[in-house]
Amino acid sequence: MTLAPHAPAAPEPARPALTARALVVEFPVGRGQKVHAVSGVDLDLPAGRTLGILGESGCGKSTVGRALIQLPPPDSGTVRLGAEELTALGPEELRRARARIQIIMQDPVSALNPRRKVKDLVWEGPSIWGRAAADKDTEVDAILRAVGLDPETVRDRRPHELSGGQCQRVCIARALMLDPEVLICDEPVSSLDVSVQAQILNLLETTTRERGLSMVFIAHDVSVVKNISDEVMVMYLGKVCEVLPSDGMHLAAAHPYTRLLLASLPEAQRSGDGSPAHPGASAEPAVVAAELPSPLDPPSGCRFRTRCPLATDRCAAEAPGLREIAPGHRIACHHIESTRSLP
Amino acid sequence: MTSAPAPLLRATDVATVFRTPRGAMRAVDGVSLSLARGETLGIVGESGSGKSVLGRTLMGLITDGPGTSVTGSVLLGGKDVHALSPAGRRALWGTEVAMVFQDPMTSLNPVKKIGRHLSESVRLHLGLSRAASRERAVELLRQVGIPEPARRARQYPHELSGGMRQRVVIAMALACGPRLLIADEPTTALDVTVQKQILDLLQSLGEELEMATILISHDLGTIAGRTDRVAVMYAGRLVEHARTTEVFDNPEHPYSRALIASIPHLGLPPHTLLPAIEGRPPNLLNPPPGCRFAPRCRLATDLCTAQPPALTARAGDDTGGAVACHHPLGAAKEATV
Repeated sequence: MTLAPHAPAAPEPARPALTARALVVEFPVGRGQKVHAVSGVDLDLPAGRTLGILGESGCGKSTVGRALIQLPPPDSGTVRLGAEELTALGPEELRRARARIQIIMQDPVSALNPRRKVKDLVWEGPSIWGRAAADKDTEVDAILRAVGLDPETVRDRRPHELSGGQCQRVCIARALMLDPEVLICDEPVSSLDVSVQAQILNLLETTTRERGLSMVFIAHDVSVVKNISDEVMVMYLGKVCEVLPSDGMHLAAAHPYTRLLLASLPEAQRSGDGSPAHPGASAEPAVVAAELPSPLDPPSGCRFRTRCPLATDRCAAEAPGLREIAPGHRIACHHIESTRSLP
Repeated sequence: MTSAPAPLLRATDVATVFRTPRGAMRAVDGVSLSLARGETLGIVGESGSGKSVLGRTLMGLITDGPGTSVTGSVLLGGKDVHALSPAGRRALWGTEVAMVFQDPMTSLNPVKKIGRHLSESVRLHLGLSRAASRERAVELLRQVGIPEPARRARQYPHELSGGMRQRVVIAMALACGPRLLIADEPTTALDVTVQKQILDLLQSLGEELEMATILISHDLGTIAGRTDRVAVMYAGRLVEHARTTEVFDNPEHPYSRALIASIPHLGLPPHTLLPAIEGRPPNLLNPPPGCRFAPRCRLATDLCTAQPPALTARAGDDTGGAVACHHPLGAAKEATV
């Protein structure tokens, strides 16, 4: 069964829930060197929609997610949550604003305090914001039921008495407790078993729809990101290579790196009937070098050029900017015309 | 799986039980399988299904001893792995069977150079001289697709990327020309683009060296299209076992079918709710008496909760496929699941 998109696609522009401009995050590593984790990322999340951020480890996708909630704040650039500019707020104002934007981490077990009971973990946010303890039991039970847990069984348990999937449901309950506008999910299913992954993905899908939540969904798995998102942003080594609508992205993707990600996907995940995603996709992807360059000293120009089969001198000299090639489809590549020939 | 005259590997009714303070945990419970020379077998299951313990039991890394009981027999090239002395087993490792583990960094010694990892085993097993073993090490690195093998042999593991390290570990496993390679989640710790390269490498090496391969993974995608046969494990038992294409196209066991259906694929439109398997695998300290999947199965009946199903031939499968289910899906599956 297919759910309708969160908001009707036609009346654009939707009210932005979260906007980021020119985000830069760098980590000094001593001897004057620094890791260029995120180098100038723009991001737009319309209200009620889901934006997927896709990339391999080291591409800066998690750093972007953390910069959005100011953990830590970006070195430069702006983040706006609705009308409020998070990057310009003082500590107390930021603390208040953070209740409106919540994050769900990859490892649910380490995200929970092992010594606290589920009911206290879930009520932690409201208790900090001074909600009356009289409401605690009814509200905690309601939210636990909403995330598919049986309050009777789990209310008084501690995280070690729960499975990974149950812990992730508790984390989702914690995030929802404060009624946020934006949910950031950083690889929420990668530490879970295959059969449990689908449960959690379905829960996120129905929750965001029912509550009208906007979500940033960060993951490395193309088919997972495609399934949950309205729009997908592909990152490589701290920069955005491509932004495109998720519907039909496996056919429309034009950036050589996105094509490589799609070609690396096991056959079973490309399409249901086992046919290749692209005509002729069974051919080997023509990748020059396999290794991710060091983020300490990223390549000049286009950062993907060291692995790109289409790279020319221009790619080394000049960093490509994002250009719109179709409505809602932007790509940072000098050789857009040639990318269609790739597997 | 009976056509081959003398299978390379024949495991009969293997059970691995760990004695824990809370009771006996039957991690592998009565698994039988065989593998012909040069054949590839995928073992797929979720964490806790016993797939890794089975891999280690087949290799003889887990043996009968204090705290562990191994019953059944594992015949590898005609020798019973679990009847051999420890020294006898060690002689098999490397030359008959070798293993590649999930995390390459923990398989490598951080203070030993790459070349030493490789030359050590060839000197030990094949009795080569120092100079000859060094040459063999460089040759092995070239074989697994490492650029500049001579320079890499002089480097330490930390100087290599994750994908390169896994290539080194594969080279170590190949060093003495084993006839069976067991790869336990060989790509789980690697990035997607590197995963494909490593799986391609394992596949081409298997074909080139006529080496049988057992690929253990939680990821059905890894197994599909890369193995001849696949064995699906659930809670310590084999639930389905057949040609890979058969399992993917016509799964007979409700668990196999649900597992395949629960992976999102690119052909689905965005926001498709996935057919998830509700609940979670049983506790192996106290498994349900009948079929272990019964508590999560939509087709379960009283028979399923009372009596464990035996592996029986799959309907219309003349290639030795088997399924352990009282209500195999057969032709009616579209209507029922």
